[in-house]
Amino acid sequence: MLSPTSLIQKQYVGFATLPNQVHRKSVKKGFDFTLMVAGESGMGKSTLVNSLFLTDLYKDRKLLNAEERINQTVEIIKHTVDIEEKGVKLKLTIVDTPGFGDAVNNNECWKPITDYIDQQFEQYFRDESGLNRKNIQDNRVHCCLYFIPPFGHGLRPVDVEFMKALHEKVNIIPLIAKADCLTPNEIKKLKDRIREEIDKFGIKVYQFPECDSDEDEEFKQLDKELKECTPFAVIGSNTVVEARGQRVRGRLYPWGIVEVENQSHCDFVKLRNMLIRSHMHDLKDVTCDVHYENYRAQCIQEMTSKLAQDNRMESPIPILPLSTPDVDTEKLIKMKDEELKRMQEMLNKMQQQMHDKEQ
Amino acid sequence: RSSNEEKRNLSLGGHVGFDSLPEQLVSKSVTQGFCFNILCVGETGIGKSTLMNTLFNTMFENEEASHYQNGVYLRPRTYDLQESSVRLKLTIVDTVGFGDQINKEDSYKPIVDYIDTQFENYLQEELKIKRSLFNYHDTRIHICLYFIAPTGHSLKSLDLVTMKKLDSKVNIIPIIAKADTISKSELHKFKIKIMSELVSNGVQIYQFPTDDETVSEINASMNAHLPFAVVGSLEEVKVGNKAVRARQYPWGVVQVENESHCDFVKLREMLIRVNMEDLREQTHARHYELYRRCKLEEMGFKDTDPDSEPFSLQETYEAKRKEFLGDLQRKEEEMRQMFVNKVKETEAELKEKERELHEKFEQLKRMHQEEKRKVEEKRRDLEEEMNAFNRKKVAAETLSLSQPVKKDKDKKK
Repeated sequence: MLSPTSLIQKQYVGFATLPNQVHRKSVKKGFDFTLMVAGESGMGKSTLVNSLFLTDLYKDRKLLNAEERINQTVEIIKHTVDIEEKGVKLKLTIVDTPGFGDAVNNNECWKPITDYIDQQFEQYFRDESGLNRKNIQDNRVHCCLYFIPPFGHGLRPVDVEFMKALHEKVNIIPLIAKADCLTPNEIKKLKDRIREEIDKFGIKVYQFPECDSDEDEEFKQLDKELKECTPFAVIGSNTVVEARGQRVRGRLYPWGIVEVENQSHCDFVKLRNMLIRSHMHDLKDVTCDVHYENYRAQCIQEMTSKLAQDNRMESPIPILPLSTPDVDTEKLIKMKDEELKRMQEMLNKMQQQMHDKEQ
Repeated sequence: RSSNEEKRNLSLGGHVGFDSLPEQLVSKSVTQGFCFNILCVGETGIGKSTLMNTLFNTMFENEEASHYQNGVYLRPRTYDLQESSVRLKLTIVDTVGFGDQINKEDSYKPIVDYIDTQFENYLQEELKIKRSLFNYHDTRIHICLYFIAPTGHSLKSLDLVTMKKLDSKVNIIPIIAKADTISKSELHKFKIKIMSELVSNGVQIYQFPTDDETVSEINASMNAHLPFAVVGSLEEVKVGNKAVRARQYPWGVVQVENESHCDFVKLREMLIRVNMEDLREQTHARHYELYRRCKLEEMGFKDTDPDSEPFSLQETYEAKRKEFLGDLQRKEEEMRQMFVNKVKETEAELKEKERELHEKFEQLKRMHQEEKRKVEEKRRDLEEEMNAFNRKKVAAETLSLSQPVKKDKDKKK
């Protein structure tokens, strides 16, 4: 096989402008990103989202009392905002999960969340298989920030169960919330412990892609530091305070001022850079190429195995999915079919027995 | 028993000396030593052990608990401490595994059971005939410190449910743990929210007593600071030219004993230095008495009989005992009766079966006779047939013997 020979241009052809063209087109098209935040009440999720996107998404929300939360169920609430920076438009959707982990009995409290993610996949699957694919809306969840409380010694059972239920459906980025309650030593210990437990329980959190080998040393070093810093210990703030002669986002205490964007105070900057400035597109790619493809393959497999069993089908296997591909109803239909078959067999057997007896 | 005597006030002519009674009491109690039992309720890692260490300035032994316990269990540990000449037998009870399970509906039960068990043990000792209350190791819980996580919003649902179950059994002081993560303004709002939630749900927490003028002022002001926002630490950091217990952060140093940083000093003051004795008293006079009354009522004791005459415990006890023995006898009778009935029944059954068998036997016999007779008949018939046949045969033979040629001739034709 001939390997492509690299030709050295004698004259400038011009396809080096391709990256610029991509840039121009993408700016025109605009971007979209769906971010899910999950964790118990009071972990600072809303404050962190406000700090990340420098806006106030949660102006008039109402928090429930302890009494109201005893039997609370998990809700899914979407906030969509259109923001723009230097001509680049971003349609940002934040998916909130109020009520997670707040009730006294939290059995399967992650089910509404996994159902939501699956629904978005299913909708995209249908849209993708449709006839008119011009304006497909991508509502799939690209990233889930999971807030781990800093008060414990590591992951708790509810953290483990949640992450295990979601790690094959969405990119999970675990965060240590309210990190201003931990001294630097305590942070290090907790991070090590959490990383250990993530390994131990086989949880697949989002992995940063490897650096290309031809990147410069500084970039590689930064990348290495980033990876060793996970899970990020974050602090958020809705207020601006005066520190060291500047106005910064921070928290004012009698003993000092915590600056959200100070890298020696917390990992907020690392998170922001990673989430927004460098890896946003990779998160989308992994969602499309890995999580969605897994879902799609599984879906198709289920459908074809059902069709194979169903030998009453005379029409060819449709390219389009059936009109109501509600997974639950399909399962029900399958079950009923099997029951019918069983009963038929029983009837046959009985008939045979009677026949034998008569003889 | 009401006395109709008039009480008269007399003035003393000189110094008699009974004003030393309080000192005598004190000296006696110092010789005896004191006993104090603290229950710490809070999720794993919230800082219960660290706070105990900080409060008592001692490194009590403790291993870090795991988050993966199947349920909640209580771990009591007793220590003998001494300060000046005062000896304290301190028991610290930890709730291990609290708040870790996914389903926390039963989390409060082991705690309530533990508290009740200590009351029960005391009650048993009290009811003994030969009892030694003066050297009984009192394990009843004098104070429950409930550790609230510093979310800044409100109580957790588990907190509310648990405190409601505990408030009638033990003195509760709610505290906000790891308070160095809440800023001043947030703390103010948080405290108000917590107290209003407790009030609106009818949770009774311990109120520092304001009936004694010497301490009423400070107690009243402290009541307004609940829940106490505390920070614990055994590590020391150099501040100025002193080494103080503190937590060192990149942005500053949180000093445990600095009242503008947290309420640790208030907690220590209230819990140990001012109201420890009151806590013990309340436990005995209020919570224990309530338990005792409920328990005895359950057992059927009353203070007054149907005629509203006061009952003595002894009489009630005798009556109960008679009742119990009567019950026992009755039960024995019942059982015996039942046994006799059962035997009769079984006998009757067996008789019935016997009769049936007999009948069957008779029937079979009859059938057998029938069959035999039939067979006999058939045999006779058969014999007759055989005889008839033989006769015919003989006749035929004699006939053929007398005309043999004719037959041959006929045949040849």
